[in-house]
Amino acid sequence: MTTIDLVSYEDALASYDPVMGLEVHVELGTRTKMFCGCSTELGAEPNSQTCPTCLGLPGSLPVVNAIGVESAVKIGLALHCEIAEWCRFARKNYFYPDMPKNFQTSQYDEPIAFNGYLDVQLEDGEIFRVEIERAHMEEDTGKSLHVGGATGRIHGASHSLLDYNRAGIPLIEIVTKPIEGAGERAPEVAKAYVAELRELIKALGVSEARMEQGQMRCDVNLSLRPNGTEKFGTRSETKNVNSLRSVERAARFEIQRHAAVLSSGGTIVQETRHFHEEDGSTTAGRIKDNAEDYRYFPEPDLVPVAPSREWVEELRKGLPELPRVRRNRLREEWGVSEHDMQSILNAGAVDLIVATIDAGADAASARKWWMGELARRANEAGTDLAALEITPEQVARVCALVAEGSLNDKLARQVIEGVLAGEGDPDAVVAGRGLAVVSDEGALGTAVDEAIAANAGIADKIRSGKVAAAGALVGAVMKATRGQADAARVRELILEKLGVEG
Amino acid sequence: MTDLIKLTAAEIAAKIASGEVTAVQVTEAHLARIEAVDEKVHAFLHVDREGALAQAREVDAKRERGEKLGPLAGVPLALKDIFTTKGIPTTVGSKILEGWIPPYDATLTRKLKEADVVILGKTNMDEFAMGSSTENSAYGPTGNPWDLTKIPGGSGGGSSAALASYEAPLAIGTDTGGSIRQPAAVTGTVGVKPTYGAVSRYGMVAFSSSLDQGGPCARTVLDAALLHEAIAGHDPLDSTSIDAPVPPVVEAARNGDVKGMRVGVVKQFRGEGYQAGVLQRFDESVELLKELGAEVVEVDCPSFDLALAAYYLIAPSECSSNLARFDAMRYGLRVGDDGTKSAEEVTALTREAGFGDEVKRRVILGTYALSSGYYDAYYGSAQKVRTLITRDFEKAFGEGGVDVLISPTTPTTAFPIGERADDPMAMYLADLCTIPTNLAGNAAMSLPCGLAPEDGMPVGLQIIAPAMADDRLYRVGAAVEAAFNARWGHPLLEEAPSL
Repeated sequence: MTTIDLVSYEDALASYDPVMGLEVHVELGTRTKMFCGCSTELGAEPNSQTCPTCLGLPGSLPVVNAIGVESAVKIGLALHCEIAEWCRFARKNYFYPDMPKNFQTSQYDEPIAFNGYLDVQLEDGEIFRVEIERAHMEEDTGKSLHVGGATGRIHGASHSLLDYNRAGIPLIEIVTKPIEGAGERAPEVAKAYVAELRELIKALGVSEARMEQGQMRCDVNLSLRPNGTEKFGTRSETKNVNSLRSVERAARFEIQRHAAVLSSGGTIVQETRHFHEEDGSTTAGRIKDNAEDYRYFPEPDLVPVAPSREWVEELRKGLPELPRVRRNRLREEWGVSEHDMQSILNAGAVDLIVATIDAGADAASARKWWMGELARRANEAGTDLAALEITPEQVARVCALVAEGSLNDKLARQVIEGVLAGEGDPDAVVAGRGLAVVSDEGALGTAVDEAIAANAGIADKIRSGKVAAAGALVGAVMKATRGQADAARVRELILEKLGVEG
Repeated sequence: MTDLIKLTAAEIAAKIASGEVTAVQVTEAHLARIEAVDEKVHAFLHVDREGALAQAREVDAKRERGEKLGPLAGVPLALKDIFTTKGIPTTVGSKILEGWIPPYDATLTRKLKEADVVILGKTNMDEFAMGSSTENSAYGPTGNPWDLTKIPGGSGGGSSAALASYEAPLAIGTDTGGSIRQPAAVTGTVGVKPTYGAVSRYGMVAFSSSLDQGGPCARTVLDAALLHEAIAGHDPLDSTSIDAPVPPVVEAARNGDVKGMRVGVVKQFRGEGYQAGVLQRFDESVELLKELGAEVVEVDCPSFDLALAAYYLIAPSECSSNLARFDAMRYGLRVGDDGTKSAEEVTALTREAGFGDEVKRRVILGTYALSSGYYDAYYGSAQKVRTLITRDFEKAFGEGGVDVLISPTTPTTAFPIGERADDPMAMYLADLCTIPTNLAGNAAMSLPCGLAPEDGMPVGLQIIAPAMADDRLYRVGAAVEAAFNARWGHPLLEEAPSL
């Protein structure tokens, strides 16, 4: 690996203007593959989810997955695209062992969706419009596992293993138009675009879009041109950048690398680049000159796809609220800052909080528990919030118990612990662990009297006006009631009995 | 017992249904015939003796149980080696699939089994159905039962030869540019290319997807219709399959009649390159149709002159892509896998060793025609010609008011094996009259119309119908067949020398 003396990011931007193109592949969450009935479930034994069609056996033929087409139209509509009235699949011809037919069934000059945009919100709240060139349907390839080499790449490997389970899984490729004018914010725009697209895909329910599982993969195409010029420079194509952070880092690295090459009088080679998570760098892949020729032609084994206008309008009506719009609405409803909203989003808590509110909790309480105690526990367990063994309904019940005074926060945490430990619903945990707040005024009064009697010195201080000292008596009462008293009420009673204004 | 092999499929089915003979007897008679003559004819690449007898026994058992038998139950059939057969080798006439045992049945194979047709084995063919003589088979040529030194047509020469040599009363072919009709013509048998999409292509190894069409081959028009009905119909596994009822082909074949029909003679299909005896028999057919009450008119289809050129761009283009999957990775031949070569090298060595010259020629041609910068000039232009040809047909059948078109099936009778093997252009001309139908997707039949006086070899009459009007072929074909048989006093095939 040759080391490159990168130009600092600031220096790069002082001379050059970045232009980006982002290509995102989304694996649809359809139950079956794009052109056959095989399961798309991840993690199965290699080659156990295959059939003559997705193995490309002689004589086999494809049949289009209707849900795949529907998902593509939904994505197109959500991206404000035009939906083709008539379009065809095309064969993209090239040889690779993990591609069973040695052509990929894709779309070429007749994509199902084209000419759209996605507005993305940057961290300071600014909206940046990313224009969409097209979204088209295609199939995924199988996977090659190169064995015996040091890097897992084919170079140096002794042999390769092929798994065709992924071959034929439906993909939607979403291609932006050249993203110009982002300037120094280009990496941030790239990240925000992919993040927004991921939220959109999830909101549409067409894919879980888990980048770490390869369900969503991004190629970052980037070129620089001298500031003030129009003509695009030569681009590099950084392939398979598979996290939001990596998208930002890859764009940033390429800006610095291109600037270094260009400012030293060199020329950028049109090539693919590999991104390295460890240090955020990219290294050269294969040269992509214009001689590369996929010999596209219309797929003769499939009939054209012609989504009726009525159907498209029906799908349009059924589209969910766009994630950005929804987020802003919720932010206002919940009364939280942009920053807090971003934290909620990053924690994957938006839908959980919404569901908790829907189950009767107030927004502040729902947010407090999910972003506090539950976030802490998820963090400790190393899982997602959504993976915790507690439902929004259960959290809402905890909120309700606190609101009616049956639980205080400390007890509520114990209830949550019980629910997570599988002790049942909040009410069952309260009953099972005997956690109800002591609300019997008589019993509480006795406990307060005992505490005052046992701490005469402190009681005097309070009587003389040092109200802050009441905390020690509250602590004593709480101890005596094993925490099951409402601390606020205890404090009231103490001050009342000592004749002091709180 | 030897008489069993001379029976038509309809007769065999009737005799089995009535209990006069058993399916096993019929199957054994045909297996014995294959045993006796196929060394000379070489119609079969694989004979599935045990499978055939097992199927036959099943039919006999069904009959004994009193179950209703289908119209072709127990009738033996020769299946072109291009359809996948679960557990039975399928080679497509190529070394590259030598030893491959498909794990699945083609839809057509399944339908045949469901119809209780007895599959005797797989027949020889030009490699990947590319050819007009069966000489391009990687497994050696097939002889024409009329004269074993001559070609049986192609690509389905194994199927046509099996019929003409009485090795099977029924056969299956596929027709991309004439591979059912031209072999039928040169062997004195009947072959039908149904409307594109009428017979499922699922499990039929692709040569040119937009042109390939499986279809029935038989010795009589009625037998072809019975087989047509058994194999046609919508298949959800083939997106290009027609979702509509199968035209009433059997009913049409039982009621041959051309009275009042308007028959168009394609003006373009005669002249230079047409053998005198072929034109003579064709002209006699025209006269016969008139005698039978048809009105005969000449029809001008100017775009047909461009058909061959368009075909030899479209078919190679599609095949260059369809045959890419033969890369030694998953099935079939693998050459050079000695642990020192890359996957790419193994693929290249395998394709070099596994494909024959004609296949390579077409893959190279198609790869070139689809290349960027050439696509519009070649593939694009060819598709435009295709549209023009379709319009010529529409005009003839539409404003021309023609019910069917007719022509010679192929310009010459069977030529000697080896004569055109090194002259691809001469070979390609054999499909001159059949190709327009593939490009337009409509239906056509070839049936015998006599022997050419100069060489005593069979001549085929082609009948062309509009798409979805396959029944018209059978109505006209049955009338012509009956009239000729009456004139000759017997079916033409009876004049073939005994093997």
